[in-house]
Amino acid sequence: MKQLMTGNEAIARGAYEAGIRFASAYPGTPSTEILENIALYKDDIVAEWAPNEKVALEAVIGYSIAGGRAIASMKQVGLNVAADPLFSFAYTGCNGSAVIITADEPGIHSSQTEQDNRYYAKMAKLPMLEPTDSQQAKDMVIAACEISEKYRTPVIIRMTTRICHSKSIVELGSRREVPNKEYKKDIWQFTTMPAVSQKLRFQLEERLKKLTEEANNSPFNHIEWNNKSIGVIANGIAYQYAKEVFGEEASYLRIGFSYPIPMELITEFASRVDTLYVIEEVEPFLEEEIRAAGIECHGKDLLPRIGELSPKIIEETIKGVKKELLPMQPDKVTSRPPVLCPGCAHRAVFYELSKRKDLFISGDIGCYGLGALPPLSAMDTCICMGASVSAGHGAAKAFKGYNLDKHVVSVIGDSTFFHSGMTSLLNVVYNKSKTTTVILDNRITGMTGHQDHPGTGYTAQGEESQEASIEKIVNSLGVNDVKTINPLQLTELHEAIDSALENPEPSVIIARWPCALKKLSAKDKEEFGKHVKRYIVKKEQCIGCKKCIRTGCPALRYDKGNKKVLIDPIMCNGCSLCAQVCPVGAIVLDRK
Amino acid sequence: MVKVKSILIVGVGGQGTLLASKILTQGLMETGYDVKMSEIHGMSQRGGSVSAHIRYGERVYSPVISEGEADILLSFEEMEAYRWLNYLKPGGKAIINNYRLPSAPILTGQTDYPEGLIEEMAKNVDVIMVNAMDIALGLSFAKSMNIVLLGALIKIAELNNINWENIIRRIVPEKYLEGNLRAFEAGMNSVS
Repeated sequence: MKQLMTGNEAIARGAYEAGIRFASAYPGTPSTEILENIALYKDDIVAEWAPNEKVALEAVIGYSIAGGRAIASMKQVGLNVAADPLFSFAYTGCNGSAVIITADEPGIHSSQTEQDNRYYAKMAKLPMLEPTDSQQAKDMVIAACEISEKYRTPVIIRMTTRICHSKSIVELGSRREVPNKEYKKDIWQFTTMPAVSQKLRFQLEERLKKLTEEANNSPFNHIEWNNKSIGVIANGIAYQYAKEVFGEEASYLRIGFSYPIPMELITEFASRVDTLYVIEEVEPFLEEEIRAAGIECHGKDLLPRIGELSPKIIEETIKGVKKELLPMQPDKVTSRPPVLCPGCAHRAVFYELSKRKDLFISGDIGCYGLGALPPLSAMDTCICMGASVSAGHGAAKAFKGYNLDKHVVSVIGDSTFFHSGMTSLLNVVYNKSKTTTVILDNRITGMTGHQDHPGTGYTAQGEESQEASIEKIVNSLGVNDVKTINPLQLTELHEAIDSALENPEPSVIIARWPCALKKLSAKDKEEFGKHVKRYIVKKEQCIGCKKCIRTGCPALRYDKGNKKVLIDPIMCNGCSLCAQVCPVGAIVLDRK
Repeated sequence: MVKVKSILIVGVGGQGTLLASKILTQGLMETGYDVKMSEIHGMSQRGGSVSAHIRYGERVYSPVISEGEADILLSFEEMEAYRWLNYLKPGGKAIINNYRLPSAPILTGQTDYPEGLIEEMAKNVDVIMVNAMDIALGLSFAKSMNIVLLGALIKIAELNNINWENIIRRIVPEKYLEGNLRAFEAGMNSVS
């Protein structure tokens, strides 16, 4: 049977067909839908959201050492978090089999960096596969399990946004049931003590040699002979773009098993074409090695190193063909930046913070990063998961050390707090910095599209679970001043911030209100009730002061002609924030 | 079944472009075309500009449409049509929803919604306007605006030989099915 699938759906299908029984991940664009789709195979695969990528990978390591087949998936920066276990895992290797998916983001659509994670394979000395479409994504999970088992090594599959989120046709197969490998205690293989690692270090190099041979003979490294005046070496989505541009005018070596680099095959291909082009997105990962092997080629001398490639870029840079485009003036349209949704409780927090001077607001990763943008403009930094609290600690120490009168407020989401905010907060308490941490507890992992986490009380496969209490955690870390408030009550929020800023000790405010888009769980309904109200503007009372507009809610419109504000009835979520900031009471509940 | 055709669907996060492209690609695949589709998720869902690239033919390589290559541009919003205009090939068709969604700088009064964009586009390409919101409201089902536009697209792309009702039945939840089928029909009839 054939099915149109995204690369992420195909990875999930591959996990099912490969007989994988355990999957763990932390949500992150563009990788999120991998675990979401694996979770649908409830009878065959245990799928878990881990608190972070390091924990996810470690769970997979344990599962595979115990003898099972497992898969971990994460976005590119997620592998930074999981890098520590990754390198050790390369040494111990597995017993069953282990597949690690990294989903890179050329173009930085929804990330903080444009890193090329192929270098992780080289640095950790692990085999790596790169699919060119959804069919290959599925096939490669099955192949990765086999390579993993044969060489007792974890295998990385490197995806990019265009592979993850593009749909193409996949031929479905059936699931193979693979028995577990017998577990035998072996400290000389599975404990990375120095004496053991010294031994494993040799094993790693030996394994890499064998894997090089495997790569040179892999069906994923495929030569397609056409006209030999042009030879193209390309990987992943770049192969599709090249094929689109050159068709049969060129011969191709499509690289799918990209580390260890199949240099023998590359050398043979290169020797039979006149001009060689290496076409790859972001870094010259293949090109560097090809040049180092003494093979002449073109690559980043012509192609950009930054951003995604496209057929057009390849056509223009390599072929020198420029298509005529329809005339248009881009400055005629206004930008359409993403915004906090109508009814988002984060807006209230940033609105309150933005009114205060002398604050250093240390932000974090999530929708609430949008609080940095006008009109709220309530953020100074945003680095990586959990950094709000620890960078806030450092900043507070600096302001104090240099006698500067600035208060630090660190703002972090609930899922991000569980991911890596807890250790940072422990540091705040232990090393005594006076910072206020606002935990935006919207009861879900918001930005990636609503995945459960330890605080929601449900698992990835919908089972009820122990609900982690942020209050108790924060208390246990040593914070005595903890207030849980409803951020949509501005007076309550205002007082909580005042009181926290006055306290010379570290303080925490838990701003607890569900994401405006969240499908409320039974527990949520009990706590927050149903809120299906809407607000309207009483035209005759509106004085056009635009105070409500400064909250940045996209449901509000300022009509320049009438000098009045309107509320879009379809977009309004009834949070009442605008009504609370209106100085003349012109915004009221819609009784209809 | 020879040349690859490219359809670019654009709009604003939350407008339902994804469901429309899902139905379209499913129908194309079942008809026997090779199909690829590319979209960007993530941050852009928060009211940002969104796009779905759809390409079909005998054998499709790139899932991404390059500038100057789309045969049809279907825009769920006026200003978005202009933003993506140079993806359309000269002589291509632009199906545009007669609907404006002001973006953040417009909502806050920093700038005005741009005027005259449709007239300017009509100088160079075949512009087909669809009153999808009015049609959807006429059916008492505002949320079916996306399916109205899909209906118009199917007609313009000359794909009406495919049994779309059958495909919509399998993809759309039961509770919204009748409304969406009516919306699809109304969309087809709204263009010629």
